[in-house]
Amino acid sequence: MSAYCGKYTDELIRNAAYIGTPGKGILAADESTGTIGKRLASINVENVEENRRALRELLFTAPGALECLSGVILFEETLYQSTRDGTPFVDVLGAAGVLPGIKVDKGTVELAGTDRETTTQGHDDLAERCRRYYAAGARFAKWRAVLSIGASKPSQLAVDANAQGLARYAIICQENGLVPIVEPEILVDGEHGIERCAEVTERVLAACYKALSDHHVLLEGTLLKPNMVTPGSDANKAAPEVIAEHTVRALLRTVPPAVPAIVFLSGGQSEEEATRNLNAMNQVAGKKPWSLTFSFGRALQQSTLKAWAGREENVGKAQEALLARCRANSQATLGSYAGDAASGEGVSDSLLVRDYKY
Amino acid sequence: MSAFVGKYADELIKTAKYIATPGKGILAADESTGTIGKRLSSINVENVEANRQALRELLFTAPGALEYLSGVILFEETLYQSTVGGTPFVDVLKAGGVVPGIKVDKGTVDIAGTNGETTTQGLDSLGARCAKYYEAGARFAKWRAVLKIGAAGEPSELAIKQNAEGLARYALICQDNGLVPIVEPEILTDGAHDINTCAAVTERVLAAVYKSLNDHMVLLEGTLLKPNMVTPGSDSPKVGADVIAEYTVAALRRTVPPAVPGVVFLSGGQSEEEASLNLNAMNKLEVLKPWTLTFSFGRALQQSTIKKWAGKKENVAAAQAAFLARCKANSEATLGKYAGAAAGAAAGDAATSESLHVKGYTY
Repeated sequence: MSAYCGKYTDELIRNAAYIGTPGKGILAADESTGTIGKRLASINVENVEENRRALRELLFTAPGALECLSGVILFEETLYQSTRDGTPFVDVLGAAGVLPGIKVDKGTVELAGTDRETTTQGHDDLAERCRRYYAAGARFAKWRAVLSIGASKPSQLAVDANAQGLARYAIICQENGLVPIVEPEILVDGEHGIERCAEVTERVLAACYKALSDHHVLLEGTLLKPNMVTPGSDANKAAPEVIAEHTVRALLRTVPPAVPAIVFLSGGQSEEEATRNLNAMNQVAGKKPWSLTFSFGRALQQSTLKAWAGREENVGKAQEALLARCRANSQATLGSYAGDAASGEGVSDSLLVRDYKY
Repeated sequence: MSAFVGKYADELIKTAKYIATPGKGILAADESTGTIGKRLSSINVENVEANRQALRELLFTAPGALEYLSGVILFEETLYQSTVGGTPFVDVLKAGGVVPGIKVDKGTVDIAGTNGETTTQGLDSLGARCAKYYEAGARFAKWRAVLKIGAAGEPSELAIKQNAEGLARYALICQDNGLVPIVEPEILTDGAHDINTCAAVTERVLAAVYKSLNDHMVLLEGTLLKPNMVTPGSDSPKVGADVIAEYTVAALRRTVPPAVPGVVFLSGGQSEEEASLNLNAMNKLEVLKPWTLTFSFGRALQQSTIKKWAGKKENVAAAQAAFLARCKANSEATLGKYAGAAAGAAAGDAATSESLHVKGYTY
C-alpha cells in the first residue's frame, strides 16, 4: 500500500475536507494551563479552573461565531468541561457543526549539541491517548514543532528530528481516528528578510512531506498549519501582498495537492495583520489547490479577552468582539475582507512574544 | 534564496509553461543510434545516417502534426541535422511553434551489490554540453532514470536515492545553462505486481525525487515531470483506463507540488491506443489537478507511422497521415475529448493497438 488506509480512512478524509470549507477556519483555544494563565494574568484574572472554563464558555457560546468556524482546538482539560448549565463543550461545538480538536504534544525539549534548537515530545502512549480523545468526541489533533532562523539555524538535525516527530505523530493519529494537523512553526524572531524566511520555510516543508510519505501518512486526511512567510520580527515589515506572494509560492513548491487545507498560525501578528495577510493570500491569482484558512489563537482572542476583563457584565461585548474577528477571518478565506473590523480595540496590537512557548 | 534563480529563470518558467499548454504535448524522438537501429531493422531499413535523417524529416514535416506538439526531444545527432532541402530541423520545429529538446543522459549502469538495479550517468561536463545545446537551439533537456519493481522489495532505498540525486543534479545544471529539465523517473512495468504495488512505489519514488529537487534548489516552476502511469505489471491482468487514471492522478496529487507546470507521461510499452485512452481518462477525472497532464510519447506516437513508412519514399504521405492521427488523438486526450480510434482516422488499424512492451527496456 502507498498511504495507510485503516478503518477511519473515509472519516479522516471527510473531516479534513470539512475543516477546509471556504468561509470557515479554526479557533486555536488549546492554550495549556500555564499559557492561558499568562493571558488571564494580563487582564488580572486568577488562573483557576472556573475562570478557564468561563473564558472558553464565552468563546464557544458567542452568538454567530461558531458559524465561521469548522474546528476548535482544545487543551485536554477543556475537552472534558461543560457550560455552566451542564452541556459538555464538545456537544455545544458539535451542535453547531464545529469539530472538536485536541492538542496532543507535550511541549518542546532541547536538542543537545545544537544552539538551543528543540524537538517536540509526546509520542509515548499517544495511541492510547488518541483513542481516549476520540471517545470523548475529538476528531482532529494538533502537534506543534518549533524551528528558528539564525546564522546556522535551523540545523539539518533540527529539521529532520522535527519532521520525523510530526510524521510519527500523524500516522498514530490516523490509526486512531484523528485528523492530524501538522504544524512546523518557524518562529518569526530574528533580523532576517522575507527571502530567508521563504528559503527556510520551503526547506522545512519539503522535509515534512518527505517524512510524511516515508511514514505512509494519508495526506488527504491531514491539514498543514504553517507560519506565513514574513520578514523577521526585527526586520522591516512587508505589505500583505508581498507576504501573500512569498507564502503562496513557498506552498506551491512544497505542499502536494492531496492536502485539502492549509490553516495558518498567526505567530505574533496582530489580529488585523493576520486577517489582512490571509485575505491577500486568497486574492493571489493562480492555482491554489488547497483551501487557505486560519487556525488562530491570539489573533482571534486578543480583543475578546481585553473586552471581557474577567467580568460577567462584559461577556456580551466580548462575544461581539470575537464575532467581529471570526467574521473578518471568514471573509479573508474568501478574499473578500474589506478591513471593516479594524476598529475594535487592540486589533492592531502586535501579539509577538519572543521565543514563544505554549 | 530558496530555489536557484539564475539568469535564465524567466525563460525557463515561460518555456516549461508553454510545453505544458493544454492541447499540446511532446514527441520523444530521442532514440539513440542503437535504439533507432532496432526500429529501423523492424521494417528492414538500414541503420545509416541518411535513413535516420529521413525518418525524422518525415515526422517533423508531417502536415498539421506540429500544431499538436509543444516540444520534440532529439538525440544529439538529430539536433544538428537538416531536411533534405537544407533547413535545420531546429528551424523547422521553431517555425511550427515547437520547442526543440535534447536527451542529455548517457544511459544506465548497474549499481553493484543490488539485484540488477541501475543508476544513470551523464553528469560529467554536463554544464558545458547544455550550453552547447542551448546555442544550437535546444531549450529543454531529458534525463531518464530507471527503477524496477522486484520480488525482493526493489526498488531499494539505494537505487531510489541514487536516481533521485542524479536527477536533481542534472536538473540544476540544466537550469544553470538555460534548459528546462524534464525529470524522468521511470518505473518499468515489467513484473507480476498489481496496480497497488505500482502506486506505492510510484509515490515513494516521486516523494524522493521532489525531496532531492528541493535539496538541490531546483526551480520547480521551470521543470517538467515525465513519470510512468500507474498500472498493473506487464505480467498481470490489465485494468481499465478509468482505474489507471484514478491511481495515477492520486499518486501525483500526493507527491507533485503544484509549482510544477506540467506532467508529460511516458508511454512505457503501452500501445498507441492504450496510451491515448489512459491519458484521456486522466484528463476527464473530476478531481483537482494543478498541473497539465499531457504526453511525451516515443513509441506510442511513432509505431504505426514507422510501419506505414517501411522505409519507402512512396509511403511518406501515408506515414505522415498516421502520425498526424496519433498527434491529434493525444492532443484530444489532453483535453479529455478523445473518443477512441474507432471514431478517428486510424480506425481498424492493428498497429495502434499493438503492445509496445519490451522487457527491461533500455534505449
